[in-house]
Amino acid sequence: MKMLINVPETVVADALRGMAAAHPELTVDVENRVVMRRDAPVAGKVGLVSGGGSGHEPLHAGFVGPGMLSAACPGEVFTSPVPDQMLRAAAAVDSGAGVLFVVKNYTGDVLNFEMAAELADDEGIQVAQVVVDDDVAVSDSTFTAGRRGTGATLFVEKIAGALADEGAPLERVAAVARQVNGASRSFGVALGAVTTPAKGSPTFDLPAGELELGIGIHGEPGRERRPMMTSGEIADFAVNAVLEDLRPTGPVLALVNGMGATPLLELYGFNAEVHRVLSQRGVPVARTLVGNYVTSLDMAGCSVTLCQVDEELLRLWDAPVRTAALRWGR
Amino acid sequence: MLDTDFFRRWMAAVAASVEREANHLTELDSAIGDADHGSNLQRGFTAVTAVLEKDSPATPGAVLTLAGRQLISTVGGASGPLYGTLLRRTGKALGDGAEVTQDQLAQAFAAGVSAVGQLGGAQAGDKTMLDALLPAAEALATSFDGAANAARAGAEATVPLQARKGRASYLGGRSIGHQDPGATSSALLVEALAATAADGADA
Repeated sequence: MKMLINVPETVVADALRGMAAAHPELTVDVENRVVMRRDAPVAGKVGLVSGGGSGHEPLHAGFVGPGMLSAACPGEVFTSPVPDQMLRAAAAVDSGAGVLFVVKNYTGDVLNFEMAAELADDEGIQVAQVVVDDDVAVSDSTFTAGRRGTGATLFVEKIAGALADEGAPLERVAAVARQVNGASRSFGVALGAVTTPAKGSPTFDLPAGELELGIGIHGEPGRERRPMMTSGEIADFAVNAVLEDLRPTGPVLALVNGMGATPLLELYGFNAEVHRVLSQRGVPVARTLVGNYVTSLDMAGCSVTLCQVDEELLRLWDAPVRTAALRWGR
Repeated sequence: MLDTDFFRRWMAAVAASVEREANHLTELDSAIGDADHGSNLQRGFTAVTAVLEKDSPATPGAVLTLAGRQLISTVGGASGPLYGTLLRRTGKALGDGAEVTQDQLAQAFAAGVSAVGQLGGAQAGDKTMLDALLPAAEALATSFDGAANAARAGAEATVPLQARKGRASYLGGRSIGHQDPGATSSALLVEALAATAADGADA
């Protein structure tokens, strides 16, 4: 497998150095692996800190900037960051108004962020947490670690980030973040496995002519393998899986997300099918975002995330944002 | 009696064993996880070796608490907090004596294993590291070799189980038929303990 890397051990540090070179508006601490808004801490503003394994770019560092995250902590590839990183980020962005940790529901992320919250509390930093768990492919029961956090992370970070920018207090920012998570559901599909830099070969064997349904974002197989489907059939399956759980009674935000190796030509075509299904099901779409936002290295495939919005959530979604990977308004 | 040097040699033996088995652990992890368990633990125990040399802790308890804190700071994922908690809580339970008995170690290790269960919210049979650690802790009161054998058997017994915790749980029934990487690395930790004890007896 050919990769554009030096050695597997330095891929994360190398990417951060490149990010620093491209984005002078960010402070990139390569050694401690924290990416921050250059103007942090912003007086009176709640700090938003997220993070997780690397390999999901632009999540999370690509979403650091005005209107979204204050800081991000990239871990090793597909491995959560360590509490030291999160504590450093929290201390750097806290203006005294407190910090919200946006945590995806994976055992490692949850444990490390919990430990970081304890350490931050010891240092007198007020911390609240929201755990994102939007993936309907995982049954939310005592038989699993609970639903994974996937595409809804982007909705949570954008909407809570906009609210924090308006100067809302920590408990309000945390409450809206939880509201967005509760109103969001996702479903993902893989057309090919991923190759991690450390392993150098695909993590599972997916023959031509087959696809995996209900995948996460770590190259793990999904819940079920089936013969290859058309874009329209995949949209029917994914959107129906989401709607079976979400049952929206109003307009939704739609994220049609690429997993890293699927071109926009295919993603836009898939988006057309997603809109067709939503229209057939009578679900109005308020806004749509199409692109590679919550990825899984070089996995081919896509995911659909829907979030039911009210007027306030939609206003916060539309608020200006200026990050490496998401920017509009202003 | 087990002195500070014994615990340093135990940690060195774990580091060597993880180094040797890193590819195997990663291979197991690629079946039901994300193919990095070996490289993550390798990074952690390399850092443990370095910090134990630099800070030279003076008691058995201090060796394990320092090692545990270092794992939390370097590994990430679920393994960092879980293995870090295992060693830290075992070390804390050992107190600050210069030497400990095997019985004291067995009791402290049981406390460490119980802390892992609390942190991860897992139980026996969930296809996690506890499936190796729980039987090992029970056997350790009697014999180091018995603990190693119990850990190995516990790890092998995870093959037919369906994962209910950690990332493998997302696979549902497809996790069945694969040995749990966390239980396997836990067995390495206990086997390294038995090997260290055997070396000491030979000397």
